[in-house]
Amino acid sequence: MTPPTSSAITLHINGEKRTLPVDHRTTLLDALREKLDLTGTKKGCDQGQCGACTVLLDGRRTVSCLQLAVAAEGREITTIEGMAEGDRLHPVQQAFLDLDGYQCGYCTPGQICSAVAVIEEHAAGWPSAVTDDVRPEAGPPPLTPEEIRERMSGNLCRCGAYVSIVEAVARAAAGRTTAESAGHPTVEAAGRTAVEAAGRATAAKAGEAAA
Amino acid sequence: MREFGYRRVLDVSGAVALLDADPDARFLGGGTNLVDLMKTGVERPARLVDIRELPLDRIESAPDGGLRIGATVTNSDLAAHPEVRRRYPALAQAVLAGASGQLRNMATVGGNLLQRTRCGYFADVTKPCNKRVPGSGCPAIGGDHRNHAILGASDHCVATHPSDMGVALTAFDAVVSYETAAGPGELPLTDLYLPVGDTPHRETALPPGALITGVTLPPAPVAAHSRYRKVRERASYAFAIGSVAAALDVRDGVVRDARLAFGAVASRPWRATRAEALLAGAPADAATFAAAADAELAAARPLPDNAYKGTLMRNLVVAVLTELAKEAGR
Repeated sequence: MTPPTSSAITLHINGEKRTLPVDHRTTLLDALREKLDLTGTKKGCDQGQCGACTVLLDGRRTVSCLQLAVAAEGREITTIEGMAEGDRLHPVQQAFLDLDGYQCGYCTPGQICSAVAVIEEHAAGWPSAVTDDVRPEAGPPPLTPEEIRERMSGNLCRCGAYVSIVEAVARAAAGRTTAESAGHPTVEAAGRTAVEAAGRATAAKAGEAAA
Repeated sequence: MREFGYRRVLDVSGAVALLDADPDARFLGGGTNLVDLMKTGVERPARLVDIRELPLDRIESAPDGGLRIGATVTNSDLAAHPEVRRRYPALAQAVLAGASGQLRNMATVGGNLLQRTRCGYFADVTKPCNKRVPGSGCPAIGGDHRNHAILGASDHCVATHPSDMGVALTAFDAVVSYETAAGPGELPLTDLYLPVGDTPHRETALPPGALITGVTLPPAPVAAHSRYRKVRERASYAFAIGSVAAALDVRDGVVRDARLAFGAVASRPWRATRAEALLAGAPADAATFAAAADAELAAARPLPDNAYKGTLMRNLVVAVLTELAKEAGR
């Protein structure tokens, strides 16, 4: 018997529930842009190679072009539209603004979603491919420009704004955005993001294994 | 893309029953490779069985010093795990050397082992490819084969296996567990991938409909002194053109134990058993390391445009083993 090829699904996006019918072939990216009017998430390569479509899924950065919408049901989705709190930009958004972390802006939503997660992954102690000693005893590596470049390598910028992007990520990570002095929340203060929850989940798993 | 049915499963027996009933169904893990191949028409499943919520997402530490890694553990969780980083650092390094942060969050261990080659002819349904359409020919042999296999290939296919993770797992004697409707089974990772021969479309020794449930790493003290090094055409986020996973135990200047595996040179992660045999008991110096590399690469059959890989791999082996020997001397 031929199985049904579409379903009615409920997605949890930026704290809201949205119910919609989807053909199973629909990616999360296309569902966001074409069905839910959330066009902040951008389509670049549509092959998982450019990072423009990056969103957070259960707090973890994900390329939404390779994520089927039907398989995202029941998971917490955070898009660029969900980063600010009202008119208060997320510290990473503010850092990109303050330091000109873009030129045309097309890759920027993906860059920012990725950067938010990079800062949390680093805070959770995750090593990277340029971390010299990955053993836990070596401790977490400092978030140097080299570490930021490696961790952000899944986000391409065809304008080549990388120098400012690296600076913006570094500043947001250090909690030293210009916004901070204007009374806006730092990355740490805005830390009740789903991203941290992912970090805790990892730590919990690590705890289980060590036990 | 062909239309398809979708089912999310919560238990392993339900998952394998669905595949058993429908040979046109595929398991969906992170989807980073499968969804991409469905978009290009290389894969055309009638049904996807989503296994992401199976209870296979744990890494368990065995008291004997080994690890049991569930099949749906993500690459990110594997590389971040303290016991992986402590006991098998080359495995963490290999995983971190692959793909991007976003893809590592999605991709799973089982899917990584079963991912398909990135040969451009395989990915292009307008081109012949013996792996995709048996008997249609291999355009890579007379065409673009700069990044194709130099070891274990055949006149029918010269594609490489793209995994970094698999190279480290191969070096550390990983064993793959699977489940079928008829019951469970196990395969050493070195036996998971079939020789290419004249059947490059038959890639693994898994029974039809089998679900990889996990990977077991036996205890290996030597693995605590290990390293993965990957050479690629840009600094990050690219497939390897050659890679090495190595572990070395040196005492009094003599190699006590060595593990060595190569990536991006064959249709599977390549365990360098000839090199390992030569290393054991030999002086831990550059001459030994070069001789070991040469012994392994003697069987290489490069094509005109990938002969560089022989030199690359030789230099890579010497460099990585020299580093490990230096660390052992400290």
